[in-house]
Amino acid sequence: MAMDKVSNVWVYLSSSPLLHLTMTLVVYQIGDLLYRRSGRSPLLNPVLISVTSISVVLVFTHTSYESYFEGAQFVHFLLGPATVALAIPLYNQFEKVRQSAVGLILALIAGSTVAAGSAGFFAWVSGATPDLIASLIPKSVTTPIAMGVAEKLDGLPSLTAAVVILSGIVGAILGPPILNWLGLLDSRAQGLALGVASHGIGAGRALQINETAAAFAGIAMGLNGLFTAALLPVIWNSIF
Amino acid sequence: MLSALTLLLVLQLVGEAIVVYFDFPLPGPVLGMLLLLIILFLRGGVSPSLSQVAQGLLQRLSMLFVPAGVGVTTHLVLIKDSWQAISLAVVISTLLGIIVTAVLMTILTRARKHGDG
Repeated sequence: MAMDKVSNVWVYLSSSPLLHLTMTLVVYQIGDLLYRRSGRSPLLNPVLISVTSISVVLVFTHTSYESYFEGAQFVHFLLGPATVALAIPLYNQFEKVRQSAVGLILALIAGSTVAAGSAGFFAWVSGATPDLIASLIPKSVTTPIAMGVAEKLDGLPSLTAAVVILSGIVGAILGPPILNWLGLLDSRAQGLALGVASHGIGAGRALQINETAAAFAGIAMGLNGLFTAALLPVIWNSIF
Repeated sequence: MLSALTLLLVLQLVGEAIVVYFDFPLPGPVLGMLLLLIILFLRGGVSPSLSQVAQGLLQRLSMLFVPAGVGVTTHLVLIKDSWQAISLAVVISTLLGIIVTAVLMTILTRARKHGDG
């Protein structure tokens, strides 16, 4: 009897957006708490913890991504206004951005080319089909641009979306410790690198470094998107 | 507070509208970011309420990617089938991109000493 009631409550709640919205917020905050408690251990990245544990719950409860997203969309929606808000660190740090404009643009073009080119090269070496290669090349660009580019290259936009998120998480987790280890401690360089290779997730990580890093990550994300959207389809069509 | 949030949404909306109308190769929110930057320069500063709302959103920017991240699970079969190409592209290329960008940026800005932020 009691189990029946529990299962009734579950059936009711799992069909309401409230459950998955709350789940997303609660799991992220637990992840964030573990991350802080561990002294910001890269392995306990809160995005990685949240994505993995929510995915496991969805699989075990036979919940489709669509019904999870009905609740989680309210969190997802805030990405738009948050991206607009990146103008504020950029404005506050604009003098620094302006002073390093030449270096910024050259480093950005090189980093963007290496990220996209090496992805294509590794995919090709692993024997990937052209549509898989096309889906992997735009992986460092912010999701909407990456999906648009993948479509123009006859790739699989939805696979691109997944690869973009994975690249963001990998860069946010491994980027800062590797850069620190290499002695590349300049906040401008760290922020720019995170924005170029890991788009918004990198910018989110850069915000934890400082406002300078965040400003450079924000501009890197925007310019890399523009650069890739404008040039990649042209380069791709001249090769294939 | 409300006016600041409204401003962010209005700029995103205008950004989206421009993108669709002119078939512009940037997402609406990124264009909205550029519009806000222009407005901040015209106004000559960030109002305290806008600063507060922006900070509230940006402090949790990473969390906002969780719903899209869970979406990766819908591609598990595809990822499993070509895990080698995908993992090389995702891990090695991303790290190469990060290292090349940071090395060049450090070298190219070292000439002029401005110090760390």
